[in-house]
Amino acid sequence: MLRKLTLSAAVALGLAASGAQAAGDAHVEDFAFSFEGPFGSFDQMQLQRGLQIYTEVCSACHGLKHVRIGTLADEGGPALPEDQVRAYAERIEVFDAALDDYRAATPADKFPASGLAEAPDLSLMAKARAGFHGPYGTGLSQLFNGMGGAEYIASVLTGYADAPDCAPADFDGHYNTAFAAGGFPDSCKDEPGHHMVPGSWIGMGQPLYGDDVEYADGHDTDLHHEAQDVAAFLMWTAEPKMMARKTAGLTGVIMLTILSVLLYLTNKRLWAPHKAATKRED
Amino acid sequence: MAGIPHDHYEPKTRGEKWLHSRLPVIGLLYDTLMIPTPKNLNWMWIWGIVLTFTLALQIVTGIILVMHYTPHVDLAFSSVEHIMRDVNGGHMIRYFHMNGASLFFVAVYAHIFRGLYYGSYKAPREVTWIIGMLIYLLMMATGFLGYVLPWGQMSFHGTAVITGLFGAVPFIGDEIQTWLLGASAVGQPALNRFFSLHYLLPFIIAGLVMVHIWAFHSTGNNNPTGVEVRRTSKEDAAKDTLPFWPYFVIKDLFALAVILVVFMAIVGFMPNYLGHPDNYIPANPLATPSHIVPEWYFLPFYAILRAFTSDVWVVMFANWISFGIIDAKFFGVLAMFGAIIVIALAPWLDTSSVRSGRYRPMFKWWFALLVVDFVVLMWCGAMPAEPPYSIISLIGAAYWFAYFLVILPLLGVIEKPTAAPATIEDDFNAHYGKSSNKPAE
Repeated sequence: MLRKLTLSAAVALGLAASGAQAAGDAHVEDFAFSFEGPFGSFDQMQLQRGLQIYTEVCSACHGLKHVRIGTLADEGGPALPEDQVRAYAERIEVFDAALDDYRAATPADKFPASGLAEAPDLSLMAKARAGFHGPYGTGLSQLFNGMGGAEYIASVLTGYADAPDCAPADFDGHYNTAFAAGGFPDSCKDEPGHHMVPGSWIGMGQPLYGDDVEYADGHDTDLHHEAQDVAAFLMWTAEPKMMARKTAGLTGVIMLTILSVLLYLTNKRLWAPHKAATKRED
Repeated sequence: MAGIPHDHYEPKTRGEKWLHSRLPVIGLLYDTLMIPTPKNLNWMWIWGIVLTFTLALQIVTGIILVMHYTPHVDLAFSSVEHIMRDVNGGHMIRYFHMNGASLFFVAVYAHIFRGLYYGSYKAPREVTWIIGMLIYLLMMATGFLGYVLPWGQMSFHGTAVITGLFGAVPFIGDEIQTWLLGASAVGQPALNRFFSLHYLLPFIIAGLVMVHIWAFHSTGNNNPTGVEVRRTSKEDAAKDTLPFWPYFVIKDLFALAVILVVFMAIVGFMPNYLGHPDNYIPANPLATPSHIVPEWYFLPFYAILRAFTSDVWVVMFANWISFGIIDAKFFGVLAMFGAIIVIALAPWLDTSSVRSGRYRPMFKWWFALLVVDFVVLMWCGAMPAEPPYSIISLIGAAYWFAYFLVILPLLGVIEKPTAAPATIEDDFNAHYGKSSNKPAE
């Protein structure tokens, strides 16, 4: 009985996430990130590299309006030194309603919102998308590695490809194998309407090609590494307290396990005289 | 407390006597905590404590969240992000609250199916059962209202779909939907009133929980045998029972601690696994998500709602007999609410005189099938409404109704139950290796 219900609960847990899979076929690659799993943590250098790509490339159109600039100094995040954060803030112009004018930002300000109306804000992008749903659509990867928003972002950034032959040459947008929510030409669908090629056509032109930036730490700047770095950074902007959360989770699990053992022993001792009354008689 | 004979609180000091003659509050607490409880309760009798704990958790975390939340269509989403980023411990409090809802429903489903298997709904516990079903309905309402508050994409479009269900009521549907939303569409009035009600309902639940506990303390707990505690004398009752404190409090706390280990792991390591990524996109009335999926705990009933399409013969028949008033959409809504109402009616649908499923050889299998059915419906609810899922949903929905409306009434007539033990003491001793014909103690 108990087993039956726990089993059904477990199945229910597994099912809940299956609804999260987007419509249409798109190829999301199973990138490995340092922060995946219960013990994974952000790679501080990777977050700093990702910040650099965001600043030099993405921020031209996209914003991070929920992220306070000062949090770049936070432990468990990019952990930039305070003076660097202040210098970083000064290069950003924000609109001050009190002054009714633009001024240089301070660490207390938030990043500007998207400059381009059709470019979505990126603060929460890594939580607003789900990634690799495998293996075989079981959702186990999401259970153990997290929902995979960062995988999705890196897949989109590396997913640009030459448009397939079935598409008309003047079709709107850019062909991307990982992007499912865009336009799709009828000429690439078969009779029942299934898509014959993965992905769809995305509005954003290819933002990264490799060697777009020069890293101070000399890290590789090929497309795959750049995409992963900025995806990791966006995971941090979406979940800045992830390290604190996992630490709290681990502490909680350990303490509650100890409590469980103590309560088990208490319970056993408490009930013993009633359960083994005959044995005591002998 | 009426019911099982046991010792009551006797005030000893002058102060205690003074208070007791004016307000017997200590006596009430004593009787509640020391209530004689069947000593053969198994591990399925722990969910009540889990539910009580979860209700307290949700109320405490909720009160803190309200201190930082803003119920305004332009500010709600960023105020949740403010909680996640700027409030001390806010991310943990919110994740506890968010996943607390899931813990609540895991526990309530286990609790309900426990009651269904061991016949806890049967006389004289029908009132406890009905109050329990009211609590469950309020929990569903509260869960739905709370999901709206972050004002993400699923919040917004989920609200449109769920209130749209009331729009399916013939003649006055649109008026009901407008009345619920406070406007013709989902917007500020809906967010404000949903916030207000989301804060109110948990306290009504808390009140009903007290009545629920009062009710089963009056009748006494059911137990895995379904055999009643002997009430002939205090001595006989004492052979069948042990006081709630400390025996069941410690046992239940142990179970709660184990469950909280799992809960803590979910909150700490995968807090968004049970949620939907789309709810981290701010609500946008102009862009509808490709799949609008309710939270997992609504999925079985969501599957029943969608199962009855206009090409199903019962739907066509209902449409014809009602001169077209009942269309497929309204039929689905009726089926969904009906699926919950039949659970509430179980005390009168079950004709068997044997309470516990343990001594009902045929019932056991039908019940197991019902549990499987529930899981299958949950799975179908998460899938798109197209073949083969629509057909599986229909079969699942049909079994759900057949179980309550046909199988439960019939089994009582045709089934030959096996022998239940004469007393709870016999059951307990048989389980723990003490021969029952030996004199006790």
